[in-house]
Amino acid sequence: MSFNLLVGVCLAYVAALFLVAFFAERRAQAGKIGWLRSPIVYTLSLSIYCTAWTFYGAVGYAARSGLEFLVIYLGPTLVMVGWWWIVRKLVRIGKTQRITSIADLISSRYGKSNLLGVIVTVLAVVGTTPYIALQLQSVTLSFAVFAGDWRASGRQASAWQPVDLNATALWIAAGLALFTVLFGTRNLDANERHHGVVSAIAVEAVVKLVALVGLGVFVVWGVASGPADILARIDASPIADWQPDASRWVSLTFLSAVAFLCLPRMFQVMVVENADERHVATASWAFPLYLFLMSLFVVPIAVVGLGMMPAGANPDLFVLTIPLATDQDGLAMLSFLGGFSSATSMVIVAAIALSTMVSNHIVMPLWLSFATKGATVSGDVRQVVLIARRCSIAAVLLLGYAYYRISGGGTALAAIGLISFAGVAQVLPAMIGGIFWRGATRIGAAAGLLTGFAVWGYTLFLPSFGGSFLLTEAVLEHGLFGIGWLRPQALFGIEGMDPVVHAVMWSMVLNTLAFCLGSLFSFPGPLERLQGAQFVNVYEFGASARGWRGGMAEAEDLLVMAQRILGADQAQALFQRAATGQGKSGYLPDPSPDFLEMLERELSGSVGAATAHAMIAQIVGGASVSVEDLMAVADEAAQIMEYSSRLEAQSAELGRTARQLQEANEKLTELSIQKDAFLSQISHELRTPMTSIRAFSEILRDGGPVPEEDVEKFAGIIHDEAVRLTRLLDDLLDLSVLENGQVILNEQAGNLNELLDHALAATHAARQERPMRIIRDEHAEDLLIYTDTDRLSQVFINLISNAQKYCDAEDPELRIQVRQRGPRVDIVFADNGSGIPEKSQTLIFEKFSRLSDQAAAGGAGLGLAICREIMANLGGEIIYLPGQGGAAFRVTLPLARPKAAAAQ
Amino acid sequence: MGKHILVIEDEPNIIEAIRFILSRDGWRVDTHSNGEDAVEVVKRTLPDVLVLDVMLPNKSGYDILKELREAEDTRALPILMLTARGQTKDREMAERYGASQFMTKPFSNAEVLENLRQLVGADT
Repeated sequence: MSFNLLVGVCLAYVAALFLVAFFAERRAQAGKIGWLRSPIVYTLSLSIYCTAWTFYGAVGYAARSGLEFLVIYLGPTLVMVGWWWIVRKLVRIGKTQRITSIADLISSRYGKSNLLGVIVTVLAVVGTTPYIALQLQSVTLSFAVFAGDWRASGRQASAWQPVDLNATALWIAAGLALFTVLFGTRNLDANERHHGVVSAIAVEAVVKLVALVGLGVFVVWGVASGPADILARIDASPIADWQPDASRWVSLTFLSAVAFLCLPRMFQVMVVENADERHVATASWAFPLYLFLMSLFVVPIAVVGLGMMPAGANPDLFVLTIPLATDQDGLAMLSFLGGFSSATSMVIVAAIALSTMVSNHIVMPLWLSFATKGATVSGDVRQVVLIARRCSIAAVLLLGYAYYRISGGGTALAAIGLISFAGVAQVLPAMIGGIFWRGATRIGAAAGLLTGFAVWGYTLFLPSFGGSFLLTEAVLEHGLFGIGWLRPQALFGIEGMDPVVHAVMWSMVLNTLAFCLGSLFSFPGPLERLQGAQFVNVYEFGASARGWRGGMAEAEDLLVMAQRILGADQAQALFQRAATGQGKSGYLPDPSPDFLEMLERELSGSVGAATAHAMIAQIVGGASVSVEDLMAVADEAAQIMEYSSRLEAQSAELGRTARQLQEANEKLTELSIQKDAFLSQISHELRTPMTSIRAFSEILRDGGPVPEEDVEKFAGIIHDEAVRLTRLLDDLLDLSVLENGQVILNEQAGNLNELLDHALAATHAARQERPMRIIRDEHAEDLLIYTDTDRLSQVFINLISNAQKYCDAEDPELRIQVRQRGPRVDIVFADNGSGIPEKSQTLIFEKFSRLSDQAAAGGAGLGLAICREIMANLGGEIIYLPGQGGAAFRVTLPLARPKAAAAQ
Repeated sequence: MGKHILVIEDEPNIIEAIRFILSRDGWRVDTHSNGEDAVEVVKRTLPDVLVLDVMLPNKSGYDILKELREAEDTRALPILMLTARGQTKDREMAERYGASQFMTKPFSNAEVLENLRQLVGADT
């Protein structure tokens, strides 16, 4: 098989994954989640637990240490079968608190402490880097197996020469970074969900299962002659002589169980990407089944490999070398893709999880502290977050590559995996303690984490470099400063233990001890206590910590900030929902404590709990927890809680009704005043041009002395005023037709770009003395729409000329933004003037609602009323967008109207 | 030298018509088109007669009328109110605040001239 063919298949496979991710993302955007979030996809996404280590390494592990490889599968199985309630609690907490990563979980639980967020992030990066290196190594090695003429030489070493391994690894790392950036940071979803990535991973999960089972079937029935033969071969092989080491068995099972819960990538798919808590129930049997199938053929493959391959062959690569040696090119290719899938899916999810942590807990807090107060309002936070994520992804993969180069890629796969597991396991005490023990404190968590991290680094991670990195061989041999009981692999003089068992035991024991003692001897802060109650009693509490005292915050400031983080549409929808919930119309709800909490949760979905808290605090100002709030939560008398919450609900309901009534009343009064004003307005608007016409026509008729040039001028005025009168009458008739829905639409296809050109040309001609800068995106405007283009132009002209008339900026400019959203298109017209006061925002679309009475305004105040009616007739809408800096109107309309509606 | 008249009106075409008619009839015509400083302008120029529109930018004609009637030197100034709204309510308002005459737009040129002559004649 040629190397180029391999690369070609590989690229085709990646392209297919791209397509899967792309279409899943498209579907999700169109709101068709459906099967994208089924329990099966959830279960399959959990399979990123099975990395290249499991795919290649398990066979190698079995060939070296017999059945011990099973511990890697036993741990997660125990968690899913026996500890599913921990997973369920994590998922529930993740949902109610909008947790974005394991670092966010720890930070949020301990009073939104950023210090803990940073510690866990660093721990996760250090613990995951070797693992990413491992994946790069496995893919590179598998390339090398194919690349070299392995069958001819029979020696692996010679196989490495034809390909530049380092370059291959670098290309793979770069490719993975690109994929992750493309699909992991496409949007800043408030839920931090990545439909595209999860779908691609589910596909990869199937590929690796099919590959391994396919190879197993081939080995059992193709190479050997059936199960009986295989059993006989196993009996004859060294694997049969293997004796279990109880301490290793127990501690490794424990380690893999813990890692399953604590690995950043597992947390990402298990908790963050979880769409429905009930999926955990399906996964609790389906995932163990998946693991069972993955492990079923490991021993047969190992045994056959040991019997078939020359003595020096690397057992980690049996999965590839067996089919190659038996000339099964297709099967070899499938195996290769299986291994490739295992490696890439792990790296992609790990990079997403780590980049979320790095950007939320390290970059954003730094940015927030360097930016001046109020930066959350002026700066584009969304952009900062996205750039931070993208850079973090690249950095994480670069680190993995660097580790691969430094470590030389020599260590057996399983060894790296275990070191990594032991590292992330240090999060366990803080995590489990955090969700089950209210007494756990920030000090305790920090002490436990740092202790565990240090012991792990000293006893396992640094020694793994064999004295070539930081720890010298002398230290390894004689202990730090020559003190015997500080020997990294025989701490406190306990010798003769397996290094991994030794490190896991000491790091976990000291970690837990420091965590418990730190918690017992420190006093939690108010916010910590509140969050603790929220996490431990997640099933009892519905809402989040009662943290905010409103009143000081301006709803509009909050909206501006939220728009920068969530994006304009999502933020506006959120605010509108909240306003409706309070019984108000428009976009600006009262900044009540409830609303602020809700907003904080939403924001924390994008930027993490600690950052969201800090951002809102910047705007609201002042401390966030009051004594009453503390009392309310500390008091666990359930009855009182329930009674008061019922009262609260009632009074909230009453308040809502009262507000609705008040608002309706205000609106009616306003409308009635407007109705009265309507007649006198019409009278005024009609009589003014008539006055000029009558006066001048009498002058001309009565035959007094009139200079020649005046005759012409007066006739001109009469003509112009007659035209103005006609236009006014036309507007009134137009409005009445539109309002009664009797309008006949002349629908035709038109290019939005041309329509805007036309509208701009029409308004420029009408008013040249005040030049206004127009900012457009011609590319986005290039959209074909099917609608009544004349009517649409009428709306555009109106909005543009309004901007020209009313924009009071020194240097007036008008931004026209076009954005397609599924079957609809948004066109936003935003100027840089002082905008429309909040109290008038709901009135401007009423008839004759010219805000200032200036003659400069020209029209009769019918323009926006007509626009509103036109848009309603075109199946779209026009609204005022608050919080955009100046006056901003958004026109929304369908790209093509459904025929049935158009016929009406 | 003809009588001095001040026209406070914001619609340029109407100003032009009134100016033409009155100038041809021998009046000395001044115009002003903003409501805000109208009272000041009247007090400074002290015309023989004032034509005052109701719907003015920044300040209503009724407010101007009221202020003029409260001030010593303009209390007796003949004032012709012009309005385009033409409802009974407007006429009542004009009377209550002390307008000398009230006319609805559109008006007849001859009638305006006659009313103004009467106002000035009655005054002298």
